[in-house]
Amino acid sequence: MPTVIQCPITDLKYLTPDIVSITVDAGEIARSAGPGQFVNLKCGEGLLLRRPISICDVAGDLLTVVFQVKGEGTKWLAARRVGDVLDVLGPLGHGYDIPSGRVLVVGGGIGVPPMLYTARRCHGADACVGFRSREQAILLGELGDVCGEVRVASDDGSIGAHGFVDALVRQALAEGHYDAVFACGPRPMLRSVARAAAEGHTACYVSMEERMGCGIGACLVCACSVGGHHRHVCKDGPVFRAEEVDW
Amino acid sequence: MGKVDLSVELAGVRMKNPVVVASGTFGFGREYNQFYDISQLGGICVKGLTLHPREGNPPPRIAETPMGILNSVGLQNPGVDGFIAHELPWLRERDLAVIANISGNTPEEYGVMCEKLSAAGVDLIEVNISCPNVKAGGMQYGTVPEMAAEVTRKAKSHASVPVMVKLSPNVTDITAIARAVVEAGADALSLINTIRGMRIDVNTRRPVLRMNTGGLSGPAVLPVAVRMVWEVARAVDVPLLGMGGVAKGEDAAQLMLAGASAVAVGTACFSDPYAPLHVRDGLEEIAARQGLTSVRVLTGGVQPW
Repeated sequence: MPTVIQCPITDLKYLTPDIVSITVDAGEIARSAGPGQFVNLKCGEGLLLRRPISICDVAGDLLTVVFQVKGEGTKWLAARRVGDVLDVLGPLGHGYDIPSGRVLVVGGGIGVPPMLYTARRCHGADACVGFRSREQAILLGELGDVCGEVRVASDDGSIGAHGFVDALVRQALAEGHYDAVFACGPRPMLRSVARAAAEGHTACYVSMEERMGCGIGACLVCACSVGGHHRHVCKDGPVFRAEEVDW
Repeated sequence: MGKVDLSVELAGVRMKNPVVVASGTFGFGREYNQFYDISQLGGICVKGLTLHPREGNPPPRIAETPMGILNSVGLQNPGVDGFIAHELPWLRERDLAVIANISGNTPEEYGVMCEKLSAAGVDLIEVNISCPNVKAGGMQYGTVPEMAAEVTRKAKSHASVPVMVKLSPNVTDITAIARAVVEAGADALSLINTIRGMRIDVNTRRPVLRMNTGGLSGPAVLPVAVRMVWEVARAVDVPLLGMGGVAKGEDAAQLMLAGASAVAVGTACFSDPYAPLHVRDGLEEIAARQGLTSVRVLTGGVQPW
């Protein structure tokens, strides 16, 4: 059940010059958060829309989000300080359903953060993550603590394998058995990961992104074509079965 | 300070308070009912219904603008039969006025929907002749007085509950449309729908909305809404449901002073799910501070220079 809670910031740090990690004391929102769900953050009084951000990690009442500073809202969020209070609406959306077996979690760029909490909740997980370059690589240590194996790729070869993350997925699926592939990242990446998973005969679930209004399924703004119909990222998703998405 | 009577009447429909939620922003109420009992609201204008289910426009459907948002949802909805079968029974278990918002491709479609919804037992029908986001019908009916009147007559002749017509602000003279639909039998008017707008991403040179343009709502449009309610209130003699950027009690009081009998809250719900309740409480506070025994006396109380 989503609620609105005023949450004090307990930690705020820059992971890269433009990627920020904020931890808040979110009480019930943290305690009821599932993997792949998101929170909708109010960004001051001047901006009318909250910013939906995936949950990166949860520890007790503490909830962490990691986001890239892109526009007015994320700029406002990044300018907060420890002790400031965030207006948090959550937890929202339909996340990943955790299977009993091992899962391959796959993240691309700013899609990597939600895979940390997802991997933590799985009964065994390995990770494939892709970044543009070494400078953009985040959360590798944290993923290493939670996952058995972490494969890394970068667009420019400056860290891990040179190339895209779907190549790592093919490799991992060839070498081991997984109950499911869980992926989050830019749409072209999700599409190629879905293809790799299909070739490897492994169920694949992807977290979709779309510009959002209410965040709770009332305004029907965040439409995403799934199975020939407009479904909504905030309520039906953000996680959908990859083979049902109309790529 | 004495107790303020918040109850109002809109075209014969009694509501416990003048705060309604605006069509398209509140779905059919289920989502917000997770946060509070929606029976606390005066009423709900449900998501815009069409005769047949609609998938709506491709995304992106929303863009943020200074103190506003643009949307181009395009009337995605389960169709009038789907609403009656799956949403209305749940809504009827709640204690609030149920206002069915309808859009048609032809005057005949408005008639069919009015008949179905009257039989199903809604309190009021809001005839949308002003949606800026659909090609057929919608705003096209709302900008030509004769067509607006024709749709109104058709709706009235098939409805056994009161009919309220929702006006578009995208016209030169909103009072001309208002007069035409009142002469055609409208029992009430609601205004304003969104104002057509556009936002362009300067880097990609693409409009942010996939449909290029959309409807502007939010605090940015409040002064336009207040002005138009004021003009329409002086032009016709039916109750008005005022809306456009209402986010707090003072906004609601402005619309009522301009001539509205009740107000609708829409976009404000996105940032604060509790916004309609805050508007209600804020309005009550203003009335109490001014020593009013009922909010009804606010309606039309503006003293123009």
